[in-house]
Amino acid sequence: MPNGENSGILIYAQLTRENYIHTVFFELLDKSKELASKLGGVEINAVIFTTPNLINEFRESFQNMGLDKVYCFENDLFKNYSTEYYSKLIVNLVNYIKPEIFLIGATTQGRDLAPRISSALHTGLTADCTGLDINEKGLLAATRPTFGGELMATILCKTYPQMATVRPGVFRVNSVYDKKDTEFIFPQYSFEGLEDRVKILDFRNSVDSIINELDSAEIIVAGGMGLKNEQGFALLKDFAKSIGATVGATRAAVEAGLAPSSIQIGQTGKTVRPKLYIACGISGAIQHIVGMENSEHIIAINNDKNAPIFEIADTGIVGDFFEIIPKYLETKGE
Amino acid sequence: MKIALCVKQVPDTNDIKWTENNTLQREGVESILNPFDAYAAEFALDIKDKLKNTEITVFTMGPNQAQDMLRKLLALGCDNAVLISDRKFAGADTYATGKTIAQAIKTLLPDFDLIICGQFAVDGDTAQTGPCIASFLDIAQVTYVKELVNIDNKSIEVTRELDDGTERVKVTYPVLLCKLQDDFEPSRPLINGIKEALKKEIRICDLNCLGLEPENVGLKGSPTYVSKAFRNISNHNAQKYELSTEESVKLLDEKIKSVEVKNA
Ligand SMILES: Cc1cc2nc3c(=O)[nH]c(=O)nc-3n(C[C@H](O)[C@H](O)[C@H](O)COP(=O)(O)OP(=O)(O)OC[C@H]3O[C@@H](n4cnc5c(N)ncnc54)[C@H](O)[C@@H]3O)c2cc1C
Repeated sequence: MPNGENSGILIYAQLTRENYIHTVFFELLDKSKELASKLGGVEINAVIFTTPNLINEFRESFQNMGLDKVYCFENDLFKNYSTEYYSKLIVNLVNYIKPEIFLIGATTQGRDLAPRISSALHTGLTADCTGLDINEKGLLAATRPTFGGELMATILCKTYPQMATVRPGVFRVNSVYDKKDTEFIFPQYSFEGLEDRVKILDFRNSVDSIINELDSAEIIVAGGMGLKNEQGFALLKDFAKSIGATVGATRAAVEAGLAPSSIQIGQTGKTVRPKLYIACGISGAIQHIVGMENSEHIIAINNDKNAPIFEIADTGIVGDFFEIIPKYLETKGE
Repeated sequence: MKIALCVKQVPDTNDIKWTENNTLQREGVESILNPFDAYAAEFALDIKDKLKNTEITVFTMGPNQAQDMLRKLLALGCDNAVLISDRKFAGADTYATGKTIAQAIKTLLPDFDLIICGQFAVDGDTAQTGPCIASFLDIAQVTYVKELVNIDNKSIEVTRELDDGTERVKVTYPVLLCKLQDDFEPSRPLINGIKEALKKEIRICDLNCLGLEPENVGLKGSPTYVSKAFRNISNHNAQKYELSTEESVKLLDEKIKSVEVKNA
């Protein structure tokens, strides 16, 4: 262990507004199992904020996930996320339990919370990592894209806890866990000296469903400006249906009103990693590529043979979407 | 109303060049105002339009050449400009940057009401510096700000665009806001004019002026460091086919089938 005092991995368990554990937690947990075993089998613990008595609903799932300890903060005030309360209470907790690694999902909430905590703890934080590993000295090696995705940097931290955020969809969930006798701890806390001056007036949901099909899709067909108009996207949907795929889009297509923003893939949209990704009429801007380059197999259909998408496509088909896809559907229909 | 506007000069990420050894070529790359910060500036200037007696002080940490960017912001209607600059500040991570900028605001504009930052910088894209500044000043923060709804001399009401929807919040001062991009291009006339802006003094603030110790700033004061930087090279095959439509359809069908078979 690099430092006697600092041991174990802590993960922030974010709840969605509908009180589900956010998928990114499971992804971080899976990665933590790997990191913990590289560190010689250290503890994996979680911290969660809920309204009173809600934790009982999660007891069994946390046990089945094989967590060692879950630190639970319960209060009616925790119905909604609060930067002030959550960050200050977590800072006190971390000062007490001293984890060596602290991971937080890079959701909008996580990215609001993590830097508040790291600054107050006078420790380092690496944002939006795409890779986490333990180096030969037992330190967390956090790799992230910078300069719009063109450059990758591996970042180390001199202080504890070593903190990192990871975007949803970057890590896979595949483990089967051993059930554990998870300990549920309710830390003593007070609101003394804390004041949340940010009042939430209202909230409008923008996602039709909390489950975005892109997260679990095995095949994604994504459309860009090459599809030109609604007819192009209608054709894309027929194509997707014929092969059991989920539809995604570029930001340019979203901005042109051809697709909803919930299906945007890329730097400012979703990160996906299906078995097969078919990019149709997509030029391959770096901001799009960072969201899909971890797909197992990439097919690109583009009529410009110099389009950058061909540099990262396993199978690049130079051709017109409006000729190839109708023909494909016709052949299939027969 | 006193506003601290925090901006950053960044290399134009659409203009990235690589050396033969796959390292980033820094020379000859154009520097621009971070696109998100242009919207932060627009937001501050909108407030100035609405509330009389608003004074905007721009803070930036960076090399001397960042003065050009500050001049432009003065020409757009900002009132004062501070360049936080010292060799010793070089190599700062978000922690050290947040600490340095917070100290500059504390020193030069202690009675601020609002601090406005861009949500991201396109070079580092960490979205951390704003919350770090707020943390060091121990004030409230509102991130992912999209629209100004209401403002008066005590509080501000804004919308936030989050993963799962749009939140409307109200907060009393002092508060730090991180601004997202708008759906339109910022397009303000240079109201003060370039000439006026050239006459204004840009305050330069170094390590001494801030009263910080050299070991607390720059690379030395940063808890994180880059151990390795490398070019993001794809591990996909990059096979390109220029075929007839019929052959393209056949190839597409084969590839789709091979995935379906693996899953079966
Ligand atoms: C800060 C920032 C964040 C961004 N975030 C994202 C993001 O999250 N996701 C994202 O996607 N983008 C993002 N972008 C935008 C990105 O830079 C590109 O502008 C965008 O991805 C381009 O979309 P496109 O490929 O659909 O359109 P275009 O670049 O216009 O490409 C259209 C392609 O279609 C091809 N084509 C035309 N006709 C046909 C045809 N008949 N058949 C086949 N091909 C055809 C053309 O050859 C061309 O290559 C971001 C940009 C910035 C600055």
